[in-house]
Amino acid sequence: MKGSNKFSLLDHNLVPHHQLLSENEASQVLKKYNINKEQLPKIKVKEPVIQEIGGQVSDIVKVIRTSQTAREAEFYRLVIE
Amino acid sequence: MFKTVPKRIKEIRFGLISPKEYRKMSVTRVITADTYDDDGFPIEMGLMDPRMGVIDPGLRCKTCAGRAGECPGHFGHVELIAPVIHVGFAKLIRKILRGTCRECSALLLDSNHKKKYLEQIRTMRKMGQPIEDITNEVFKEARKPKICMYCGAKQLDVKVEKPSTYVEKMGDHDHKLMPSDIRVRLEKISNEDIEVIGMDPNNARPEWVILTVLPVPPVTMRPSITLESGQRSEDDLTHKLVDIIRINQRFQENREAGAPQLIIEDLWELLQYHVTTFMDNAVSGVPPARHRSGRPLKTLSQRLKGKEGRFRGSLSGKRVNFSARTVISPDPNLSVSEVGVPLSIAMEMTIPVNVTTRNIEEVREYIRRGPDNHPGANYIERSDRRRIKITDINREEMAETIELGWKIDRQLKNGDIVLFNRQPSLHRMSIMAHNVKVLPHKTFRLNPAVCPPYNADFDGDEMNMHVLQTEEARAEAMMLIHVQENILSPRFGGPIIGGIHDHISGMYLLTRGDSRLSKSEILDMLSKTKIEELSEPAGEVDGKPYWTGKQAVSHILPSGLNMAYRAGICENCDTCKKENCDLDAYVLVKDGQLLSGTIEEKAVGAFKGLIVDKIIKDYGSARGLQFINDATMLGIKGVMHYGFSFGISDEDIPNEASIQITELLGEAEDKVMNLILVYNEGNLEPLPGRTVDETLELKIMQELGKARDTTGNIAGKYLGLENAAVVMAKSGARGSMLNLTQMAGCVGQQAVRGERIRRGYAGRTLSNFHTGDLGAAAHGFVKNSYKSGLSPTEYFFHAIGGREGLVDTAVRTSQSGYLQRRLVNALQDLEVQYDGTVKDTRGMVVQFKYGEDGIDPMKSEFSKPQAIQWIIESVTSKEVK
Repeated sequence: MKGSNKFSLLDHNLVPHHQLLSENEASQVLKKYNINKEQLPKIKVKEPVIQEIGGQVSDIVKVIRTSQTAREAEFYRLVIE
Repeated sequence: MFKTVPKRIKEIRFGLISPKEYRKMSVTRVITADTYDDDGFPIEMGLMDPRMGVIDPGLRCKTCAGRAGECPGHFGHVELIAPVIHVGFAKLIRKILRGTCRECSALLLDSNHKKKYLEQIRTMRKMGQPIEDITNEVFKEARKPKICMYCGAKQLDVKVEKPSTYVEKMGDHDHKLMPSDIRVRLEKISNEDIEVIGMDPNNARPEWVILTVLPVPPVTMRPSITLESGQRSEDDLTHKLVDIIRINQRFQENREAGAPQLIIEDLWELLQYHVTTFMDNAVSGVPPARHRSGRPLKTLSQRLKGKEGRFRGSLSGKRVNFSARTVISPDPNLSVSEVGVPLSIAMEMTIPVNVTTRNIEEVREYIRRGPDNHPGANYIERSDRRRIKITDINREEMAETIELGWKIDRQLKNGDIVLFNRQPSLHRMSIMAHNVKVLPHKTFRLNPAVCPPYNADFDGDEMNMHVLQTEEARAEAMMLIHVQENILSPRFGGPIIGGIHDHISGMYLLTRGDSRLSKSEILDMLSKTKIEELSEPAGEVDGKPYWTGKQAVSHILPSGLNMAYRAGICENCDTCKKENCDLDAYVLVKDGQLLSGTIEEKAVGAFKGLIVDKIIKDYGSARGLQFINDATMLGIKGVMHYGFSFGISDEDIPNEASIQITELLGEAEDKVMNLILVYNEGNLEPLPGRTVDETLELKIMQELGKARDTTGNIAGKYLGLENAAVVMAKSGARGSMLNLTQMAGCVGQQAVRGERIRRGYAGRTLSNFHTGDLGAAAHGFVKNSYKSGLSPTEYFFHAIGGREGLVDTAVRTSQSGYLQRRLVNALQDLEVQYDGTVKDTRGMVVQFKYGEDGIDPMKSEFSKPQAIQWIIESVTSKEVK
């Protein structure tokens, strides 16, 4: 999928920063918010960014968006089919 | 007692009920149209059979043994002698008849197509998408073949007459399809074909749309009422059922007697009519069934449909007790948190009070006063829950017999807390808790300063009041919905309640420049406020002390308040002169003393109100409320002291000014003519991204707009700062400089869709102009002012522009209202959790931090992250940056 001559999606200024969480980080996030995975917002594996960062189903992705109110806001999304 | 076990709904399946099912759920077959016997008891197997539920107190249901009110009611059934069509499915029957073979009932499509459509339907179902488009295509395709591909039978056209008669065209004569014929055809459709037309053969066989059994609704949903004369009056549904059963009986008798076909058909049609109107009495093509009085009957469909129907009228909207509604009118002498309640309403509305050792004497006094002597009581509830009405006759006696543990319904009196509401309730400030003030006359009175949150005015608006009935509700209302807790709007973090109109004009007049007040004047000024001490005078003239207007305002500011900001009248000079501002636009408050600046809309107005905002955030909402009360009272005193009026002569401008304006407009017209000349010569340079035509229009509009603004400036200059309209526009109390420009200077360009007016005749707007005239006057430029009066053509153009404005507002309000409603409906049950996350009712995370920054807009400074700057400013009393 990743062509060498293609630019990285994450370099585009309209695509917020996506980052895969490790098993450990993921469980910490769930613990922090006291929720289970299903309560997270979802994102599909077919989503180009997820393919770009190599996300698998049931991974948790950290999204850092620019925010009008807080400059930068953290979001977490669960990768689904 | 009827017991119910709570269960969780897993899924809901829609389908048709089979005749078998109807019989299974029925508790009795109804065979007679009679209801009650001579002794007034329900007849067995009649329409009021006690097995179908009871409505008379004392009787018990023969099915569930419940009393009236406990028994939910049970269905019965009528065996129809001949099948009839269910009107609700008339369209479906038509589609099926046209798409299936008249001999073998096969769906007229070849097997490949059937397979293809079935596939599509299944995938759509899986995705939860509607399948209407596919089934419609199925019916469209199946209608086409003229000969059945399975049995070779020739297909005939099926015509539909009115709602539920189907006719086949047989050569030159028509053959009427009886419901029984149709039922036979539907029965023969195979399960596979049923799936292709989008139905589920297990839950909805097509023949079930033809009724052979009619369910009889329980008595509880069609109760009869006993009139005062002792006569029983039956529900509309019962009337309709009586008709159905009578015809059904007659039909049976005639058929058994071997009556001629013609009579049978007539009766059949009559039965069809009654069953149709039983379900829907507003089918087009069917005359509505009427009551003896001529009133159309309210049958099943009418109970559900429309504004007063079950859904919109009873489930989404309900009526409540302990509420009142009347016209509102202003009363500036009330506190912002008060509401004036008419005496007649206060005597009707009550609050329950428990009798205790501590209040028994007080309660006794209420009872002694009775229902006609205002703060009295209307009802007594004894400990056995028996309610006794207090009357003029028994009030003394009741006052003596009152015991601990009883309750009384006390009349509304001053200081009680009530909810006050104006529809449409678009935001939470549409319902606020006020303190009652009982007043004479018949309108609710409210302080004009609370109009903005309700969006109320006094042109005939009505508002609702709800009296809280429990201590908990009152406590909650005091702490959460009281007016003072809602001064700050969660929408933008600033005050939504504040001075309006005269309050602002008054404050402006009082504080601008260095107005001086004598002792008696300033005492009068502060007489309506809660101030009790007068400050030291600013100085003396002729041995008499005087105070400044700014000092008057300083009295109502909390001590210790420090503020510095530029008022709305600031003209943004290159270098701010701060306290020495020529316009007195730099507001400086030190330790609660107004040292410089003019108080206007930005200080105390609704939506702006910087001082109000600051006081609430630093001193709490109670102090904020008091400040608004004081400021509005002071403002009105101010406006009364200086006098404030506006008349037609206030739009007069001196001769020299009108000459200047005429000259200016002449110049502008010349410039426009010049532009047109350049354009006609083809020398007009187009602006980037525009055509030459667009460029010309743009430049003309610009030129004329500039001209109008300049006339405004000229007019404004000559009107002077003492002019009431100028005062209102500058202070932000009402109107703008544009309004003034149009009144005294020049009305300006009239526009349709942001362009000059072009519509009308070919090449010209009106026959007054030459074809192709591009000049200002020919395209809706109004040279005159409202004062000087418009010429006939100007008047016409003005009407065009004005109409567009009216249509725009009408369309916009309805559209944006619906848009907002949808948004609110989608978001209404999201909730900010204690950990700062936003979750929906299922616990799904919507935001990980509320608003991404976790800040409550009500507690931020106008939703801007300026807290630090404000803290520095309030400590140093200097504007930062």
